[in-house]
Amino acid sequence: MNVDLSQFYQVFFDESAENLAEMERIFLAIDPANPDDEELNAVFRAAHSIKGGAGTFGFPDITVVTHTLESLLDLVRHHEIALTREMVDVFLQAGDAITMQLTGHRDGSSVDQQLIERVCEQLSAISGCSVASPVTKQVQSTSPAPPELNAEAASESTYRIVFTPPHDLYTRMVRMEPIFEELSAMGDFTLTAGIEPHHEFANYDPTRCLAIWEMTLTTDRTPDDIREVFMFVADEDEIRIEKSTAPAAIAPTQGETAPDGGAIQGRRLYDKNETAPGAYGRRPGEKAETSSIRVGVTKVDQLINQMGELVITQAMLAQAAKQLDPVQFENLHRGLSLLERTTRDLQESVMSIRMLPISFIFNRFPRLVRDLADKLGKQVELKLVGESTELDKGLVEKLADPLTHLVRNSLDHGIESPEARIATGKSPGGTITLKAVQQGGRVVVEVGDDGAGLNRDRILAKAAQNSLPVSDTMSDEEVWQLIFAPGFSTAEQVTDVSGRGVGMDVVLKNVHAMGGRVSIFSTHGLGSRVVISLPLTMAILDGLSVRVGNETFIVPLNSIIESLQPLSSDLNEVGRNNTTVHVRGEYIPLMRLGDIFSIPGAVQRPEEAVVMLIEAEGEQLALLVDELLGQHQVVIKSLETNYRKVDGTAGATILGDGRVALILDAVDMVRLWRSR
Amino acid sequence: MNMQIQTTVTAGGGVREYLTFTLGKEAYAMDILKVQEIRGYDVVTHIANAPDFMKGVINLRGVIVPIIDMRIKFNQDTIVYDEFTVVIIMKVLGRVIGMVVDSVSDVVTLSPDKIKPAPEFGSGINSEYITGIGTSGEQMLILVDIERLIGSDDMQLMAMADNRLDMAA
Repeated sequence: MNVDLSQFYQVFFDESAENLAEMERIFLAIDPANPDDEELNAVFRAAHSIKGGAGTFGFPDITVVTHTLESLLDLVRHHEIALTREMVDVFLQAGDAITMQLTGHRDGSSVDQQLIERVCEQLSAISGCSVASPVTKQVQSTSPAPPELNAEAASESTYRIVFTPPHDLYTRMVRMEPIFEELSAMGDFTLTAGIEPHHEFANYDPTRCLAIWEMTLTTDRTPDDIREVFMFVADEDEIRIEKSTAPAAIAPTQGETAPDGGAIQGRRLYDKNETAPGAYGRRPGEKAETSSIRVGVTKVDQLINQMGELVITQAMLAQAAKQLDPVQFENLHRGLSLLERTTRDLQESVMSIRMLPISFIFNRFPRLVRDLADKLGKQVELKLVGESTELDKGLVEKLADPLTHLVRNSLDHGIESPEARIATGKSPGGTITLKAVQQGGRVVVEVGDDGAGLNRDRILAKAAQNSLPVSDTMSDEEVWQLIFAPGFSTAEQVTDVSGRGVGMDVVLKNVHAMGGRVSIFSTHGLGSRVVISLPLTMAILDGLSVRVGNETFIVPLNSIIESLQPLSSDLNEVGRNNTTVHVRGEYIPLMRLGDIFSIPGAVQRPEEAVVMLIEAEGEQLALLVDELLGQHQVVIKSLETNYRKVDGTAGATILGDGRVALILDAVDMVRLWRSR
Repeated sequence: MNMQIQTTVTAGGGVREYLTFTLGKEAYAMDILKVQEIRGYDVVTHIANAPDFMKGVINLRGVIVPIIDMRIKFNQDTIVYDEFTVVIIMKVLGRVIGMVVDSVSDVVTLSPDKIKPAPEFGSGINSEYITGIGTSGEQMLILVDIERLIGSDDMQLMAMADNRLDMAA
């Protein structure tokens, strides 16, 4: 009967992906001259885990590559081979090869076999070993270590261990396998089982343990460590440990080497290099257990939707209770107030479930920067700031592509070659900084470099060439915004990295689709910064409800600076559409919502209405509304699901009385104002 | 054009059920499977600068649904909104959309032999949205291809590339 393992494949793929990511992270951070032992052990264990899983689930192609990698890593972690940068490069490529194989199995995508073979060849060339062929054969991994490296194995010793168990070992229900596994993980380990000599077959009692186990172990651990492994199983006098002076001549092959005095051929049970199915190689307590559970995204989304409905219902109750006398219905009011607090807390917790640290996407960049910088012949250091900043999961995924494009741009066009940098008095190596921080209700992600900065004249020239409206009096910010036009690129050459001009407009589009905005800052010769600002959550927002005519709108609290009722003397009218409001020394343009949204009956005179100052994209605007109604937490409902995007809005919401209100979008309003 | 419509009707095969409704003097019928529910006309939140037949959006148990008034679209003279005004909530092209009509009557079953190809019409609905004429008892029903109608450009319901708000002068 075959157990259907395919239901577990996804878990294997997920866990292997995590192991590969961990391996890559360590390889990128490791210092070849002075590698950290714990890190070397960690990558070894990661490779071992993948190998074990691949064996269990029947992916021999992965097992082959992982085994070769694992053997090599084993040599490295035992300091039998020195780590070099070239080796790290090969390890990284091996990780890529395994990823490709995994994806091939998971998605059915094509796998470049030649690449796999090349990687295997490179791996084996390093160790001087022959490549492991398919699963069943065993590998000689320790023997061909070049002579001069033996000196580095000086910290290790080879011990000969003989364990003569008491006869009641079996009846005591002692299992020896975990012991042998632990020993085998301590170093090079071989095991031979023999039978007590001078035994009479006729009197054989199967419940008595007649085995004697002989082991050799090459390890850097002490004999006491070895004894400790047998702690619960054997008494002191049952174990004999001798130090062996000759280096372990371990050339494990199937079934040979009879133990002393016995007539029976022992099979090597726990050769460390055996591709034992299910041998995950994890020892308890060693792998850092992150306490988390996997939850399907649909479950979380459902939770969030239900949470949204709860918020609406709570708002309805609050609305209905407003009309009730506070003294007579004191308990009710108290209960509702408690309900509001609890709902708010619950909503925050639920929203935080979908939040992921931005390190999820930041993590891919060390590798990308390293490879690309090498390719372009530049020296670039990547700095990551604020990796633990959290973002909604949906945003994290969508942010990956735009960020990648921006980083590639910095690498390709921003940072100059080492020679060019030295010529301008800069250090030969450039720095790219990826920063994420929470500001108010938004998350701000920044890609900055200390490269050459944007070239204003070149951009203006290119824009004029593309028939875009330009003028020399445009501010720097306006000039930088030009690069978002489709097909725009001032790169002299199109490389396969960038330059085709299809990037920045897609970045803008993607960021807008997330409800975010992009700003660019640049200083010629010093560097550039691209700043992306994203909403913290996509579903619920704090807003101020306002009335215009007989319609209600919601203005997001984050965009509001202040609200005031102006005096006639503060107003300055130059034509109907050109009124400004004087606020603390500044003249801010007035935008009449009644006109924009064609609402009849809106209050016309600002001094009889309310002016709300909003801010977006660095600009301030004064919105004219009839009346402020109240502050609410509203659930954002999509207009696009059944209708489409309405200019000036960022969705709609359902008020406490069941009516629909449009949510205004500050940036849209500012842009509308600019484009008029 | 007519041939195409005829094929559509007969290729459907078998008997189908239709919801009948009136707009002005005409009686129409639409595929019952596209009808989600029938409601009265309640408070509608106006959407600025949409075509005049686009009344706005409503809250349908937590979902925002646009409401279009077909009577306006077909240039009817007398349009009232009272307790008898009916809104047909339809599920069309993956969206939930409400359509205001004058009244709704029975669900009729029409077999293909009761359906004849549509002649060119002058009134109300553009003939490209008509799949045929059905007879139920003594009544003549204009069979509407509601998906084609709702999805057409001039309804402006589907997201368009550019929907800039025009600033009122």
